[in-house]
Amino acid sequence: MRGRATSLRRRLTWTLIGGAAVLAVLFYLVVRTYAQQIAQQGQDRILEASLTSLMDAAVVREGQVEVDVPYAAFAMLDTAADDRVFYAIHQGAELLTGYDGLVDGPFVAMARPAFDTVGFAGIDVRLAQLTRVLPASPAPVMLTVSVAQTRDSLAGTLWAISVNAALFGGAFFVLAAGMALWTSRSTMRPLSQMAEAVARRGPRDLRPVVRAVPTELSPLVTSLNSLMTRLSASLTQSETFIAEAAHRVRTPLATVRTHAEATLMRVDRDENRAALRSMIRAIDESSRAAGQLLDHAMVTFRGDQMERSAVDLVGICRELVDRLTPVAEMKDLELVLRADGPVVVQADPILIQNAVRNLIDNALKYSPPEGAVRIEVQADPVAVIVCDEGAGFPEAQIAELSQRFQRGANAGDTVGSGLGLTIAQDVAEAHGGRLELVNVDRGGACATLYL
Amino acid sequence: MRNFIFVIAWLWASALSAAELEDRQIFQGEGALTLRVLSSTDTDIFAPILEGFMARNPTVSVDYAVAASADIVTLIAECPDCFDVVISSAMDLQLKLANDGLARRLPGLVRTGGTQWRQSVFGFTQEPATIVVNRAAFAGRDMPTTRQALIEILRAEPDHFRGRLGTYDVRLSGLGYLYATQDARTSETFWRLMEVFGNLNAQLYCCSGDMIDDLASGELYVAYNVLGSYTQTRPETLDKLAIITPEDFATTMMRTALVLDTTDVGETAEALVRYLTSGAWAMQERPGFPLPSIDPADAQALDVVSLDPGLLVYLDRLKRALFLEAWGSALLR
Repeated sequence: MRGRATSLRRRLTWTLIGGAAVLAVLFYLVVRTYAQQIAQQGQDRILEASLTSLMDAAVVREGQVEVDVPYAAFAMLDTAADDRVFYAIHQGAELLTGYDGLVDGPFVAMARPAFDTVGFAGIDVRLAQLTRVLPASPAPVMLTVSVAQTRDSLAGTLWAISVNAALFGGAFFVLAAGMALWTSRSTMRPLSQMAEAVARRGPRDLRPVVRAVPTELSPLVTSLNSLMTRLSASLTQSETFIAEAAHRVRTPLATVRTHAEATLMRVDRDENRAALRSMIRAIDESSRAAGQLLDHAMVTFRGDQMERSAVDLVGICRELVDRLTPVAEMKDLELVLRADGPVVVQADPILIQNAVRNLIDNALKYSPPEGAVRIEVQADPVAVIVCDEGAGFPEAQIAELSQRFQRGANAGDTVGSGLGLTIAQDVAEAHGGRLELVNVDRGGACATLYL
Repeated sequence: MRNFIFVIAWLWASALSAAELEDRQIFQGEGALTLRVLSSTDTDIFAPILEGFMARNPTVSVDYAVAASADIVTLIAECPDCFDVVISSAMDLQLKLANDGLARRLPGLVRTGGTQWRQSVFGFTQEPATIVVNRAAFAGRDMPTTRQALIEILRAEPDHFRGRLGTYDVRLSGLGYLYATQDARTSETFWRLMEVFGNLNAQLYCCSGDMIDDLASGELYVAYNVLGSYTQTRPETLDKLAIITPEDFATTMMRTALVLDTTDVGETAEALVRYLTSGAWAMQERPGFPLPSIDPADAQALDVVSLDPGLLVYLDRLKRALFLEAWGSALLR
């Protein structure tokens, strides 16, 4: 993966929170703007009513306008904040009564009142103005009525609404942020659960993932399953190939060995006999390696699909001891089996046999002549212990020895492939146990197969 | 702001070129700070209040000037810097001063809505307009309890009452103008009563005090729209006079105080307004507070002139001209 690692959950959380913040601010602005319009309209309606009542009170007598100002015209302008009130009445361009300087001519007749926010006496006031032409003789009269009011009450209302809108917006944001956290966490949960399930699997567990996953994850799971199927097929293929190859090599090798031994009988010259013996030795080595490769392939295969049954470990060991005693005698070694009684466990008999045989094989190989290889079957905990009197394991390498094709530094020219301990270890792990390698103080080494 | 002083100001200024102080008295405190008060209330009535204030603020001296309520507007317009606090019974003129931006807002002074306007004009008394009669003149006659009753009594014996009636000359008295306009707004009976007064050659007065003096001396039999509270301050007249609060409606004004925006002693001025209004609110008949306190239960009543922009209506030049014309045609014959 290249570039900075990103967190889907964090991105989701921040996107949701950011969206909530934008919405909250938007909400505040919209409410404020709307409230401003409504409040302004409210004030304008009252100013218009005042204006209308003044206009209605105007009469023309002999070309002169008289206005009997109704009490309500100004009383209706009473507000919670006690706003100041200004007015002016003009006949033509001449101020009849009211505040000088509130409005300036020239005036033009209009059908509806005009509203504006203007400065008067150093403060902002809302001004409503209406100019009408009144029919009169000898000539019509143009009358302009203007009413203005300060905006303290309006500002108070707006402030209260703004504070409320801000509180609502803030509460909305907090709520939305909480929901964003919760949503992102619950959305991401199946993903992390699946990752955890996959991570928990053993190294050889290549079964497809079958648990239910959200629709969005199914392409990933499908790809993963397909990858695992291919991987599994590829592994099986290579194991099969190795087993097949080992099998194909072993049979001709046996033939060659028979011929070599027959030839050895007939040859007299020393150098020829020596050559034949080293040839037989090389053949043995190859044959053994092929056998172990076969064993390993078999262990790998059976380890995945184990067939457990009741197995008597002592019986298996006795059979192996019987079978391998001739080999041991060829090296002047003694095979000793120690067991108190039958130890029966649920296990795959073929795998166990394979593992113990490889351990005994190893012990025979590394034991000096005239020694003994001891095999012990232990009931609690269930284990098979194989000890020799050889040089022991190199301490520094003990941990690595059970890896594939790894041989001890002190193996010298002993015939071996490095697969014996790996096979034993794989069998132990397939049964849920382990292989323990220890050196014995008085010389020799023990390999314990715990099941 | 001064450029926009209401047209009425110059009207008054030109009509009454002799706007002048009626009285001026300095109440000397211990410090150098002087609070200049312009008031429509007579010094002898207000002196106990001022003394109560100065007892609490001993370092303050008070320069107390008295002028007719109508003249106060002219005096302020001529010299806004000459005074710190304005106290007047003419609520409309006080509200006008605040509306024109001459009054300072006192946000720290919390009073209920009906008794203040714009945190600038603060009511501190509640005084109904009353009918005051000379008891001797009504010997053997029914006391009028309503305007209608008074009209009937006067019509029944026109010769007895001719020339013996008194009321405010609304052209001279701001308070008289306020009472008259509010009466006219409330009921048509006012105009009928004024016509009767006009027919019977009613005398016109500038001030409540003069009317009470003439009632006490027997010069007047009936005075209409007199400040009943003034008689309380003249105990020697009480047994000769009967004070009648009309039962049909009793136009009630609040005496108001405001601090001029140009003042240099804002804190002391506010302290005085606070003292006046708290004295009113406390409802304690504290000694030395000679004016009727605001009754919180009553402050919102219909008869109490409310402090709202409607008060500006009768100050309109055209409106005032129309009202004075009607008043004159009823009363001046």
